[in-house]
Amino acid sequence: MARITAGIGCSHVPAIGVAMDLGNTHEPYWQPVFKGFEKSREWQKENNPDVIFMVYNDHCTAFDASCIPTFALGCAAEFQPADEGFGPRPVPVVKNHQKMASHIAQSLILDEFDITIMNEMEVDHGLTVPLSVMYGEIPQDGEWPALVIPLCVNVVQYPAPTGNRCYNLGKAIRRAIESYDEDLNVHIYGTGGMSHQLQYKRAGLINPEWDNDFLDRLTTDPVGLSQMPHVEYLREAGSEGVEMVMWHVMRGALNDDITEVHRFYHVPASNTAVGHIIFENHA
Amino acid sequence: MEKDYEDIPGTFVFDADRSREGYHLNQFCISLRLQANRDRFQADEKTYLDAYPMTSDQRDAVLNRDWNRLLELGGNIYYTSKLAANDGINFQNLAGLMTGMGVEEYRKMMVEGGRPIEGNRYKSEWGEE
Ligand SMILES: [Fe+2]
Repeated sequence: MARITAGIGCSHVPAIGVAMDLGNTHEPYWQPVFKGFEKSREWQKENNPDVIFMVYNDHCTAFDASCIPTFALGCAAEFQPADEGFGPRPVPVVKNHQKMASHIAQSLILDEFDITIMNEMEVDHGLTVPLSVMYGEIPQDGEWPALVIPLCVNVVQYPAPTGNRCYNLGKAIRRAIESYDEDLNVHIYGTGGMSHQLQYKRAGLINPEWDNDFLDRLTTDPVGLSQMPHVEYLREAGSEGVEMVMWHVMRGALNDDITEVHRFYHVPASNTAVGHIIFENHA
Repeated sequence: MEKDYEDIPGTFVFDADRSREGYHLNQFCISLRLQANRDRFQADEKTYLDAYPMTSDQRDAVLNRDWNRLLELGGNIYYTSKLAANDGINFQNLAGLMTGMGVEEYRKMMVEGGRPIEGNRYKSEWGEE
């Protein structure tokens, strides 16, 4: 039986990927960011999963305005890193556990989560940056050390799915994974955030107190936290801070009681507060 | 539908109304994701734009690179950032332009911890209604 042994929350700031791709990670600006992931990379080496279930959002890259699925599950054999306007990131192609992805799709739909199935999809920084921060630099002709099942969540056009819906989807994903009949170690990621606003006159908003409270409650009060209305994210964490609903999917897939093994918070990376947390999920 | 987010200052929430208004503008922007399209756009911006039935205000805002106007007319930042990328402008420098602070001053604000939440929650705090 497949099992979820850990959940990871992680910002996916595009500039972090750019810094790695250009070899700028030792610059004073970037040093504290990558220092915060040193322990994560050690932990990742010791606990490398077979499969990563990656909850992320597309930033108007694979999806244009013509079709906006709320939840889209990647069922293709592989996913090419997309050109987001500056050329594709020089990172390896992302390979799926295609059979498991199809199983999860079927299980979720029968569990009344009517997801969209993607048999062709490119992936943007939302997916590749978390892989990069956890695994370090991997050459384009190399391989990611785990297979990746992407779940794409709409957080661009209001409204994103509610935190409650995301949390319950996490529970359904867990049921789907645990009913897959192969002995696999699975990690689940919730990505995006933390506080940031990229647009208009309030751009640059950062709210460390709110972010840290979010991390505390994610650990100790996940159900209560999942009830937060959208307007609070928009107001307190910035218009793009609403990405954090995706962290509830990850948390919902874990036990109520988990072990927090690492946490890191830093301002800024470009326009954004970087937040990161690792939970171990015991059987 | 009630919009409980309309009292947030300096912010456009990209909801269904804005999405409807900005559809062709945003579809134009995302087309620049591909190098072949960026090449065609750079060769002749006006002809390229003819393929997208946007309003003349939207078209002018594109040609003038009026980044805030693009948002006011239904553009979304993840789309307009593709036009910025075409011009070699990344997210942080684009924010520097949209806030009117300029690239250097904006970058300095971010390094010093970003724009604080105090005084930036409600339009009333900005002297707006
Ligand atoms: Fe994002």
